[in-house]
Amino acid sequence: MIRFDDVTKTYDRTARPALEGVDLEVARGEFVFLVGASGSGKSTFLRLVLKEDVATSGAVHVAGKDVKRLSSWKVPHLRRQIGVVFQDFRLLPGKTVFQNVAFALQVIGRSRSSISAAVPEVLDLVGLQGKADRLPHELSGGEQQRVAIARAIVNSPAILLADEPTGNLDPTTSLGITRLLERINGRGTTVVMATHDDDIVDSLRKRVVELVDGRVVRDEHQGGYMTGSVPLVPAPDVAVDHRGAAVVDVPTDGAAADAGGARA
Amino acid sequence: MRFQFVLSEIGIGLRRNLAMTISVVLVTFVSLTFVGAGALLQQQVATMKGPLYDSVRISIFLCTQDSLSPSCSGAATEANKEAIQAALTSPPLSEYVAEVRFESQDEAYAQFQEDFSDDELSASVTPDQLPESFRVGLVDPERFQVIRESFSGSPGVEQVVDQGEVLEPFFSVLNTLTVASLVLAAVMLVAAVLLIGTTIRLAAFNRRRETGIMRLVGASSLVLQLPFLLEGVIAVCLGAALASAALLVAVRYGVSDWLAVQVPSFDYVGTADVWVVVPFLFVGGVLLAALASVVSLSRYLKV
Repeated sequence: MIRFDDVTKTYDRTARPALEGVDLEVARGEFVFLVGASGSGKSTFLRLVLKEDVATSGAVHVAGKDVKRLSSWKVPHLRRQIGVVFQDFRLLPGKTVFQNVAFALQVIGRSRSSISAAVPEVLDLVGLQGKADRLPHELSGGEQQRVAIARAIVNSPAILLADEPTGNLDPTTSLGITRLLERINGRGTTVVMATHDDDIVDSLRKRVVELVDGRVVRDEHQGGYMTGSVPLVPAPDVAVDHRGAAVVDVPTDGAAADAGGARA
Repeated sequence: MRFQFVLSEIGIGLRRNLAMTISVVLVTFVSLTFVGAGALLQQQVATMKGPLYDSVRISIFLCTQDSLSPSCSGAATEANKEAIQAALTSPPLSEYVAEVRFESQDEAYAQFQEDFSDDELSASVTPDQLPESFRVGLVDPERFQVIRESFSGSPGVEQVVDQGEVLEPFFSVLNTLTVASLVLAAVMLVAAVLLIGTTIRLAAFNRRRETGIMRLVGASSLVLQLPFLLEGVIAVCLGAALASAALLVAVRYGVSDWLAVQVPSFDYVGTADVWVVVPFLFVGGVLLAALASVVSLSRYLKV
């Protein structure tokens, strides 16, 4: 569903690349946590998937298309297959819950009848029954994030990107939001969630991809937020493929050494 | 649905950005008024010249039975006419003359009736009061003196008139005014383009929250940019409408009702001429707005 082939992204006048030599594949229907400190490249990763930015080198494939070769008038169609949720919700303050969700369908030209059918259904799914006429400021943070999620998935996208969706929420609410994302994942949507909420990552035991300074240093099935089994310092570019075989990629001498059993 | 959505977006945008919208309307109003004024001044030049001015502007008026000029003794005779015709069409004069046309009294009368149709004077004129004339076009219009010297005082010739001598001073004034109003218009149009660009930039900034979400959920650039573009176009159309109204009022009350009464000896542009100019103001204004919009949209509202 998402494939990065040796992707490097350098922003102008920055000495260090935001992403460097990232190889990563996210299969259809997967749930992936993207973890790492601020500035490790999580947001850049998501921006490249959305074609908000274009990789400096390497290829990014999303939903079977090379986004670099996608002409700009086709970018909207790419984005219709991707839902996005942010830490700060990004709801329109003057619109009700219903209108906020409907907005996503209006601007892509859906008919009024299909909107009035789809919106209540998705509000039910995210657990906002009976709150369609509230304004965003009348809702709690968790409820606002549910509205944002409803807006992101109302068009049934194949991929849902969540950029620290629980960053502004308390732990209990955060878990609820993550469970919701898990439920959406269960309906077949590929979910990529960037986070540094260790409790959530540890409690869900999903695939974890860790970025440090723009490099993938860890890729584990059913991983935790931290792992003791892979040496992070000094950071040889350790990539563990998600089927379990760990690979240490040392680009300087071009040889791939087998780190055998990096994950116990 | 999409159309309705775009319309409501436009409404929101115009209201939020009211002060900027009004300034765009006013600046385009003033600039298009000057553009229109320049066009009407040129139309006035064309009206004064008449259809034959550029080719045939010299008239050799012949004596009528009532002529008082010393060279006249009663109406010009056939012999007089033949002599003039022969002089014009044979060397040395024929090398200066490009065209000769004889205008009979009946033709002069018909032309007179047409020129002064709404004048009570025309009713009291009869064909035999109007002079016959030779209308002469020169190869080089500057060589008028040659014709004047050859025929002034000739038998049967009452007067040799170069229309150019009478009208050129007016034309130079009108042309200067045209240049002045087009220069002003150009300056105002530059201001209008920059203002439209700035307005769109501000509007895009004001609505960055909405447009950000629209981009994320995959709105096409048409849906994203059309409201901004149409806002500019609507503002410019209002400006063009005001400019057209101003020109119509100025021509109707300033020219037709006042100038034409004060100085009745010329033909003037009328409201019909303004209506010819109006569509060009709208089309030009809209093209301008679209151009300015596209430039600033491509900078501030990329997909």
